[in-house]
Amino acid sequence: MTDMSDDDQQQTTGTSRRGFLRTAGLAAGGAVVGAATASAQEADPLITEIQDWASATGEGVDAAPYGMPIRFETDTVRRTVPWLTADPISSINFTPIHSLDGTITPQGCAFERHHSGAIELSKSDYRLMITGLVDRPLVFTYDDLMRFPRENHVYFCECAANSGMEWAGAQLNGAQFTHGMIHNMEYTGIPLRVLLEEAGVQPEGQWIFVEGADASSNGRSIPLEKAMDDVLVAFAANGEALRKEHGYPIRLVVPGWEGNMWVKWIRRIGVTHSAVEAREETSKYTDLMPDGRARKWTWEMDAKSIITSPSPQMPISHGAGPLVITGLAWSGRGAIDRVDVSLDGGVNWQTARLGTQGGKYALSRFYLEIDWDGSPMLLQSRAIDDTGYVQPTKDQLREIRGLNSVYHNNGIQTWAVYENGAVENVEVSS
Amino acid sequence: MSKSVLKALATTALVGVLAAPATAQVHNLGRAALPAEIAAWDIAIEPDGTGLPEGSGDAYDGEDLWVENCASCHGDFGEGAGAFPVIAGGEGTLTNRRPVKTVGSYWPYLSTVWDYVHRSMPFGNAQILSADETYAITAYILYSNGLVDDDFVLSRDNFLEVEMPNADGFYIDDRVESEVPLFSAEPCMSDCGEPVQITARATDLQSTPEGVVTVFAPDRQPAVEASADAPASDGDSDGDGDSAMADEPVQEAAVEPAMPTLDPELVAAGEGLWRQCRSCHTVDQGGRNGTGPNLYGIVGHAAGASEGFRYSNPMQAAASEGLVWTPEELDAFLADPRGYMRGTRMSFRGLRDEADRAAMIAYLTSVTGQ
Repeated sequence: MTDMSDDDQQQTTGTSRRGFLRTAGLAAGGAVVGAATASAQEADPLITEIQDWASATGEGVDAAPYGMPIRFETDTVRRTVPWLTADPISSINFTPIHSLDGTITPQGCAFERHHSGAIELSKSDYRLMITGLVDRPLVFTYDDLMRFPRENHVYFCECAANSGMEWAGAQLNGAQFTHGMIHNMEYTGIPLRVLLEEAGVQPEGQWIFVEGADASSNGRSIPLEKAMDDVLVAFAANGEALRKEHGYPIRLVVPGWEGNMWVKWIRRIGVTHSAVEAREETSKYTDLMPDGRARKWTWEMDAKSIITSPSPQMPISHGAGPLVITGLAWSGRGAIDRVDVSLDGGVNWQTARLGTQGGKYALSRFYLEIDWDGSPMLLQSRAIDDTGYVQPTKDQLREIRGLNSVYHNNGIQTWAVYENGAVENVEVSS
Repeated sequence: MSKSVLKALATTALVGVLAAPATAQVHNLGRAALPAEIAAWDIAIEPDGTGLPEGSGDAYDGEDLWVENCASCHGDFGEGAGAFPVIAGGEGTLTNRRPVKTVGSYWPYLSTVWDYVHRSMPFGNAQILSADETYAITAYILYSNGLVDDDFVLSRDNFLEVEMPNADGFYIDDRVESEVPLFSAEPCMSDCGEPVQITARATDLQSTPEGVVTVFAPDRQPAVEASADAPASDGDSDGDGDSAMADEPVQEAAVEPAMPTLDPELVAAGEGLWRQCRSCHTVDQGGRNGTGPNLYGIVGHAAGASEGFRYSNPMQAAASEGLVWTPEELDAFLADPRGYMRGTRMSFRGLRDEADRAAMIAYLTSVTGQ
């Protein structure tokens, strides 16, 4: 992949010839489908021989003042689909959800969506302005913002176009590509309500219009009710400063609502009487329906789930026997209550175990441990949130929305699993 | 604190007192935004025309501005280039399998056009257009959509008189009424229907990036063997970003002639100037062709030779006559692209300053390697 760093390409450096051969042999063994692993014929040299790492010393402290994943983890990288967009500066890439576990997305592999590229804006150059229908139009520096009370919350951020390429049928092979426009982080920020109260919203102010400092500005209108409820002006994610590609030094966090509204590098909050109807909320991020009209202001991300492993990028390499089926579930209308998994394309279901039950607007992680008999499966998962909403099938959505709505595809995904452990993105009759 | 800031603070405080339900500042952090600052950043245009500045422009002037600033991505008539958005046409296509969503066919408000052109375009060089220029380009967009005549003059005064064909084409999200009840029943857990069949397979489309899937279904070909007899995609199964699938990366590295040692300052200056070019061109080895060709190895290389790029007719003709992009030829081209080569698709106006051209050529030479 194009994302490989120099480190990845130097993978064999520093590995002894013996060690390298042994690793290669193991990898080949792992590919033998159905190989029994319960009993060994010969003693494992990894155990019986003294390994380099058990004899010599490893790296000292400070070898990497800010560490990167160990060089073996080359698969856990963002990837893009070049044909999707005209230009990588206004484009999207995908979180490697297939190879992650738990629920928190590391910033370094959390998907990116830019409309005019990821800009570099320092804290000292940062300004936030509140204007419009307020008693006191205000300007804040970054340091000013650090003096307001702050909160921590875990929220998912999902692009409205996540799974958008799958409307007309199974298209991309990989959970990363079908469902990877999502990440889930612990944000630290100031409630937007606090800043708006500081400026004093006037009674005729019913909306806010938020803009970024980049050339696209990506302006979006948000009703005041949401702005005063749970929106955060965030400066940190997972305990550290936001990454450049996620809006350093400040971005908006709009829990449960489509990612496009989470304006990065936010520079102005204008309080207005009505929606501004900017480009990103008219020409884009509106959902074309079969009658040629379009839904607008489709903000909430409906409940959705995806099996991240097995999946096309995560085939079953161990043959029949114990198998862990795992995935993610979320809802923009609340918290996840339950996830069901089907092995036969939706005819029979069993309830999975929630390893992490996420809070409101956060990812949950589910597991279903089965004893796989090695026969083909059609894996599906469906999320049920605490409002009682049950994730629909793609066909149920198509019946209402047709094929042209692009955004908000939260239909049930099917993975075909074959005897050899290969997994493919398919559609099934229903 | 400066005098003007104090004055603004006093004014703001006074306004605060006059507005009836004024709440007190709780934290007393931040400072009053000055009128000049608000004017610089509060540039949003609302559907009722709020925010529009004085000014006007006609479709004639708009066409010239369009060709210079917009056509390289959106086509001479708004028909789109590469995979960049189509701006004109598409009327009556919103119920088609492949709707064409343009200003004329889809956008509900003209204010959106003015706002976006003024604040975010041209791509890679935003916020250069004056109010009059923005009115003119907006007028040309209306003209190219067949909504006004070619002598149409758009101004703040007649802005709201323009009727947008799809103004009534939107309604507020109704999922809570139209969908949520349908999807809120207790779900079936067993024997929920007939056994299902596979009806479509992603592998057949071969649109997944290569190399990420390594184990394939027993009876299916790996997608990486996509060259010769690849089954054709049905063309109906992709999403928002269709039509860009033809962009193949250029694989071959050009062989470079020896170049003189480069002045690092000149290269750095050229890199700065490159920002104007990168929305259309890539310069890295194997980079993709965009609206313009990949330029890796361009200095000293034959013209019109980036594989897979559709050059203009005059560029193809020059290439077949053996044009080589020596620094001298590049300098002449960059000084006045359309003067140098009539009919070139590159709508960039050129670099008038000789030093800028030297910097650009130095940069292009440097990224190519020696």
